[in-house]
Amino acid sequence: MTKTLQLDTLEMRQVYATTLKELAAADNRVIALEADLSSSMSTGRLKDEIPNQYLNLGIMEANMMGVTAGLSLTGRKPFVHSFGQFVTRRAFDQIFVSLAYAKLNAVLVGSDAGVTAEHNGGTHMTFEDIGLMREVPNAKVYEVSDAVQFSYILRKAYHEGGVNYIRTIRKNAVHLYEEGETFEKAKILTEGKDITIVASGILVAEALNAAEQLKDMGISATVIDMFSIKPLDIDTLVASAKQTGAVLTAENHNVNGGLGSAVAEALGEHYPVPLYRIGVREQFGQVGKLDYLKEFYGLTAGNIVQQAEILIKRK
Amino acid sequence: MTTITNSLSAFADKIRYYTLKELGHTGFGHYGGSLSIVEVLAVLYGKHINKNVQEPHNPDRDYFVLSKGHGGPALYATLFLKGFISEDVLYSLNQNGTTLPSHPDRNLTPGVEMTTGSLGQGISVAAGIAYSNKLDGRSNYTYCIVGDGELNEGECWEAFQFAGHHRLNHLIVFIDDNKKQLDGPTKDIIDPLDFVEKMKSFGFAASRVDGSSTSAIDVAIQQAKLVTDRPIAIVLDTIKGQGVPYLEQKADNHHIRPNEEDKKALRQAIEELEQRIKDGEGA
Repeated sequence: MTKTLQLDTLEMRQVYATTLKELAAADNRVIALEADLSSSMSTGRLKDEIPNQYLNLGIMEANMMGVTAGLSLTGRKPFVHSFGQFVTRRAFDQIFVSLAYAKLNAVLVGSDAGVTAEHNGGTHMTFEDIGLMREVPNAKVYEVSDAVQFSYILRKAYHEGGVNYIRTIRKNAVHLYEEGETFEKAKILTEGKDITIVASGILVAEALNAAEQLKDMGISATVIDMFSIKPLDIDTLVASAKQTGAVLTAENHNVNGGLGSAVAEALGEHYPVPLYRIGVREQFGQVGKLDYLKEFYGLTAGNIVQQAEILIKRK
Repeated sequence: MTTITNSLSAFADKIRYYTLKELGHTGFGHYGGSLSIVEVLAVLYGKHINKNVQEPHNPDRDYFVLSKGHGGPALYATLFLKGFISEDVLYSLNQNGTTLPSHPDRNLTPGVEMTTGSLGQGISVAAGIAYSNKLDGRSNYTYCIVGDGELNEGECWEAFQFAGHHRLNHLIVFIDDNKKQLDGPTKDIIDPLDFVEKMKSFGFAASRVDGSSTSAIDVAIQQAKLVTDRPIAIVLDTIKGQGVPYLEQKADNHHIRPNEEDKKALRQAIEELEQRIKDGEGA
């Protein structure tokens, strides 16, 4: 792993549109659904490129989920995008009943994850989408950290069926993985013996930076990219907890219901060790630039280093 | 024509008879809104819906979505009469471990196309099915029944905008205008205004028919199939508890747990229907 993380040249939204176009070309049952946020997700071009496999419903997320169920019922493979809060929070009962309970298929993509909503502010800043979707029986929940990973998870969800929720940022993610990488188990990015840092999404880069800083302080950290929050890779998590004896989670999301909860629940049942969860606590979003917001909610490498030091003392 | 009309109304008698017997076995349930859709179910399953037990998943079949899922008992009686489920199963409504829950479940009951019960959702699914079939160039129909109370839900109006915009002319929506919702008359809770005018303004071809007349419903569906450029709404003028005068007059008839007086009246209704069915078969 290089010390300086570079941003990928491709934006995550371009990854989405390109992957969808490839899947649609190979399978005419694939259909992309939008609720008037095509321009924000680079899928507008699909209207001309794959006209029979693209459907913009207008601003009606509840109906979009029902239509998705109808499309799935007739054998199509729907990919549904909106900002995270509109995909999950706004249309939750439709996802729960018409898709999940009815055992139909859909790949739901929520963009503008957490603080990356920036100037859209508190109404649009979603810190609870992972928590909501984790509660849906049999739904799979991912937060992607990298372009190669995003494309892989989209294809994985397409092949596996069921209800999938994929949380992503819209713009450029850091470049972490090379083409051809597979994502079936959690990714151990660095290995250490003193502490395990489990992160997802944009906090993976912060965790890697934190690990570098901790190394300078004589602390060796394992960093795990836990892109699949459900199902959770408990084997990798517990094996690492056994090695290091302390686990820190880091997420751009509410610690209640999100990655931190998932990890805490798994460790509580399988191998309890001292734990701390970095993330949003009892707060709503607000407008601001990304750096300001990360600082405000305590989502930086510095916060990880600080909490890691405290946590290690609890061992 | 007369023969078909007679047979459809006789089919409605049978659906009503088995709906009452089914609910009677359970001892409680959604009587009012089940009985008000008996006639439309009789016309749909007696004549129009092209779907059979042998090929329930044929992609060219007609689809039926009961968006007002609490009408499930009437749908189950119909599915029993069409051979999708047995009489034993029919009488297992709402029993522990049953395949007949009060609201339809596509994964439990043969013949049930879509899981419904959370109001407002079935109509979106029906619109999705109709859109998908139109995209494939199929000529099959998607039928959907929504309740008048259900139309309180904003999602219905999202779905209607969608259907109107895409001119889903093979989507036929029935509005069961039985004038009551759980807590009382729709007019007092949320005045529905004029459904026909509302549906027309959403891009539908819309009409109002006597929802207790199988022949009137049949004619409306035949006319609906002539429409080529827009979805169709047929507003059914119905009565909650339709076809059982005692229940029609009962004020609180959405969900009933019959008392002794109710039970006596329901027994009588079942006996009268039984006699009518016997007379019809003897004729």
